Formats: sequence, structure tokens, C-alpha cells
Amino acid sequence: MARYLTKRILNMIPLLFIVTLLSFGIMQLAPGGPEYVILSAEADAMSDPQQVEALREKWGLNDPVHIQYFRWVGNMLQGDFGKSYYYRLPVKEVLASALPNTIRLNFFALVLIYAISIPLGVISAVRQYSKTDMIVTATAFAGQAAPSFWVASLLIWGVAMNSGGLIPTNGISTPGITFETYGWLSVLADRAKYMFLPLIVIVFGGLTGLTRYMRSSMLEVLREDYVRTARAKGLAEKVVIYKHALRNAVLPILAVSGGLLSSLVGGSVIIENVFSWPGIGRVAWQAVNNRDYNVSMAVMLLSAVLTMIGYLLVDIAYVWVDPRIKYD
Amino acid sequence: MAVAAEQKTDKLYGQAPKETTQFQQIVRRFLRNKAAVVGLIVLLLMYLVAIFAPYLASESLDAMNIPARFTPPSLEHPFGTDNLGRDVLSRMIWGSRVSLSVGFVAMTMAVAIGSLVGAVAGFYGGTWIDILLMRLAEAISIIPVFFLLITVVSVIRPSIFNIMLVIGVTSWPGLAQIVRSQFLSLRQRDFTEASRAMGASDARLIFRHILPNAAGPIIVSATLRIGSAILTESSLSFLGLGTQPPLTSWGQMLSQGRPFLLQAPWVSIFPGLAIFIVVICFNFVGDGLRDALDPKMKR
Repeated sequence: MARYLTKRILNMIPLLFIVTLLSFGIMQLAPGGPEYVILSAEADAMSDPQQVEALREKWGLNDPVHIQYFRWVGNMLQGDFGKSYYYRLPVKEVLASALPNTIRLNFFALVLIYAISIPLGVISAVRQYSKTDMIVTATAFAGQAAPSFWVASLLIWGVAMNSGGLIPTNGISTPGITFETYGWLSVLADRAKYMFLPLIVIVFGGLTGLTRYMRSSMLEVLREDYVRTARAKGLAEKVVIYKHALRNAVLPILAVSGGLLSSLVGGSVIIENVFSWPGIGRVAWQAVNNRDYNVSMAVMLLSAVLTMIGYLLVDIAYVWVDPRIKYD
Repeated sequence: MAVAAEQKTDKLYGQAPKETTQFQQIVRRFLRNKAAVVGLIVLLLMYLVAIFAPYLASESLDAMNIPARFTPPSLEHPFGTDNLGRDVLSRMIWGSRVSLSVGFVAMTMAVAIGSLVGAVAGFYGGTWIDILLMRLAEAISIIPVFFLLITVVSVIRPSIFNIMLVIGVTSWPGLAQIVRSQFLSLRQRDFTEASRAMGASDARLIFRHILPNAAGPIIVSATLRIGSAILTESSLSFLGLGTQPPLTSWGQMLSQGRPFLLQAPWVSIFPGLAIFIVVICFNFVGDGLRDALDPKMKR
């Protein structure tokens, strides 16, 4: 296990290297070169060629590209992601304040997705071609095809029209409701209230792939010999399904969790935008609109690292759950 | 020789059993799937509407009529009008051209790159070129796609062509992995060995002998990918990073309708519904194709 872990972590290094090359390369694509992206933040200097030259010198843009690249990577390795022009703060601080919000939202979404999709998939596999199965499958198709921003718009329209302000449609908390003034219960209720709509949209979108996957995995397992054996020796159907079949059918679900995680984080760009949720997706979008390039690159790298860690955790969980898998 | 002998026996024994080609079997299996057939018909209609947009749209793309702004759906404006009094249905018909073609072009690009990369990596599986290509694919796929997309689009400026390019260039890794695994098993089959023994070059083996055998999974994945490319374009346009005025797409219409959601929900509802229907139809067709091309995989 330790050797496998070391190998996996060592494997991440070339991947990270390629990701840094990609992010850096994208910046080189900017028309007129990266200097216009960086220098446009100091707009007044743009018209004066002498000042532009001075700035180029100051930012090290006259150095060869590979030196610029290594300087950028070197700074990051020391924890220096540069400065955000839009927020006028170090990039690190901008990300540090946004990241917990994204993680919180997606953590609850992930838990809900698993809690709903696994039983749903099992039921629809056990009662294949029944009415329940049809409804589950149809819902799964719908969730896969419905654009998240459209679902969000419909929800906002419906809820805002009918809930009388009970369920907020944007933001993360009511200003003023804090632990000191109201106690933890009302704080909890307040935060949950704000999370309600974004969670519905994320869960509806994320649920579908997993449910379909769970269904087909369960169908496959139900055809296995050991399930027939379990039935033949007279075990109750419940025991057969939940003890013998489910355990094996859940395993492949773990394998796709990495991809789910990545798509959740990616989808946060839209969700956080629609619901004004101050997370990493919103920061990324604002950075892009304001050509806040240091932030954009840092977000890309960070999200890639997070995804990689997610995949790693999934792999570890896989080995841990399924003793048949042995790595050296 | 063998074929000639078979034909002779057919003549000797009279009427041969009715032959069906593999293609006919596939078509038959596909036609049995109702959802897939309905999906295909709806898609064909949608593409016809896009092609004949100038004859079908009752108003031009930018026919403004401020006094008639926010008219709810009626006989005159079946889907209502937007904040500038433009007919929503007409704009949707014009917008279908962008939405539907983006999906197609982006998919073609992704399939071309993904097949080529997957074929080369799989054919030379285990060598340095395989490792290099697959690492690149992995690196692209671990960056959550939206972060990658919005960054690239903002750098090279949003335009329809750039959107197609970026979606195509970022969505090939999944396909490359599918094609690669196909190649890894196909390259060891007897027919590959046989052609290799007859002196076929690597390029001939890859493109003439193995690739056609991997066509099934590629076609299925391409169909599903058109749907997801359409979703991606609409999401980008919704964020303001996709199709730019004066052109319009369904995602962009939703984005424009967003500030007036409570006042005029129809401006948002109908374009979203169109995206939804098109994507679900592509998914139906893709699923139907999967079952038809590979009955073993039927779930």
C-alpha cells in the first residue's frame, strides 16, 4: 500500500508539470502577448511606449519565455501566486476566502447525491422495467440534458414568486445573523436556507449519471452466480439484495466519483454565478471578465490539484473497500 | 475461392436464406428503440428549422418593437417578446443555427483529435509516445472543464469559431481513452497480425484495418458529445463568454432574459426548453446507437 501510494503521488508530478505548462501556454496565446494582459491593469501607462518598456522590464517580460515560466513556477512553489489586480490583494488571500464556500456547498451536494442515487439505482434495477424504473430512468435522462442555469432560473422564478421571501435566491447568509447575536440554531437554519436552491440544482444535475450507473452496475451483479447461489440457499430477497449484491455493485460507483467531483467543481462557475455564491467559481468568472490573469491561472492550477487529490482519495478508498484489489 | 464455392452451392440448393447485411441488422435494432427514433425525428426537424430559418422566422433577428416589449405568449408572438420587443420564437429560430452547428463542429473536431491520439497511443501502447499522449489527455481532463474553457475563451476572445475550437480542443481526452482501449485489444487480433505479416505499414494498419473496427464506440460517443457540446456552448453563452451579439444562441437568449426573469419568464423558459429537448434527443439517439451497434452492451 505504501509503495502504491508513493507511486501514485510520484505520478502526479508529471501531470502537474503539464498543467502548469498548459496554464502558462494559455497566457502566451493572449493577443499581443501576455504584457497586455498584465499591463492593462496599469492602464494609464499603456499609451506611453517608454513606460510600457519600463513595465516590461520590471515584470521581467523581456526575459526569454522559458525563464519567465521557471520564475512563475518557482514563485508558486514558494507559495507566491502573485497579486490580483481586481481585488488588489494577494491571489492567495482571494482564493483562501472563496474556497471554503465552494467546498462547503459541494460537500453537502456530494453527500446528497450519493444518499439519493444509490437507493434509487438499486430500486430501479431490482424492479427493472417497472413503473418506478421508468420514472427513475426518465428523470435521469432529464437531469442529464437540462442545462443547470435553466433549472436554476426556473427554480428562482417559481420559488421567488411563491415563497414570499422565505427562501432566498442569492447570497450565502443574512447579514447580521451571527453566532453571537442569534445562537447556533438560527445561524444553522439561515445558512441552510441559502444553500437550499443551489443544492437542488447541483444534486439534480449530478444525481442522474450516478443513478444510471448504479442501476446498470446492480443489474450486472444481480446476474452473477453468487447471487443465484444466495437465492438458491433460501436467503430472504432483502438479504440477497442488500447484503450480497449491493456491496459489490457499489464498488464501480466509487471509481466514477473522481469525475463527478471534477464536474461539480467545474459546474460551480455557473451555480455560484446564478446564486451569487461567493466561491471559487465566481472568483474565476470575475477574474476572466476583468482579465485578472494571475487569479485565473491560480484557479486553474488549484482546481486541477484538488481534482487530483480527489482521484487519489478515490483510489485509496477503492483499495480499502475492495480487498480483492492488491497493488504493489 | 471460398466465396465462389458458396455461390455455387446456393445455385445447387436453390433459394438461399434471405441475407441481411450487418448494416441492415443495426438499422433494424435501432428502429426498435422508440425513444431513439423519436429523438432522431425531432433532431432532423430541428436541423431543418435551422437550415430554413430565413423562411420560417416571422421576424428578422433584431426587429425591435419597444412598445410591444414583454408581451406574454399570444397568437401573434407564440413565445412572447423580450425586453426590446423582439419576437422570442423568431430569435430562437435564428439562434438554432448557432446552437446546433456549434455542437456539430466541436464534436467533429473532438472526434478527429481524440481518434487520432487514441489510435496512435493504443497502437504503440506501452511506448513513450503512448505515455506522453495519455499524460497530456489526463492533464487536460483533470482541469475542471469550465475553468479551462472560460480562461481560454477570455484570452482568445469569444466568437463562434473560437467557441467551437475551444470546446473541440478541450473535449477530446475522454474519447482518446475509449479509442485507445479499443486499439489495445484490436492490435493483438489475428487480422491485424495477418496484415502485418503481409507487410502493411503502421499507418495502413491503423487507418485501414483497426480504426474501422473501432467505429462503433466512436460513433456512439460522438453522438453523446454533440449534446454535451451544445450544453457547453449554451453555458458559456449564458456566462457572457459565448456567442456575442449581433448573433444569438439559445444560451445567450437565456442570459439576456435573466434580469427580467420575474417580469417575463417566457424569455428564459423557451430557449432553455429548446436546449433541453435537443440534448435529450441526442442522448436518446446515442443510447439507441449503442444498443444497436453492440447488442452485447445492452443494459
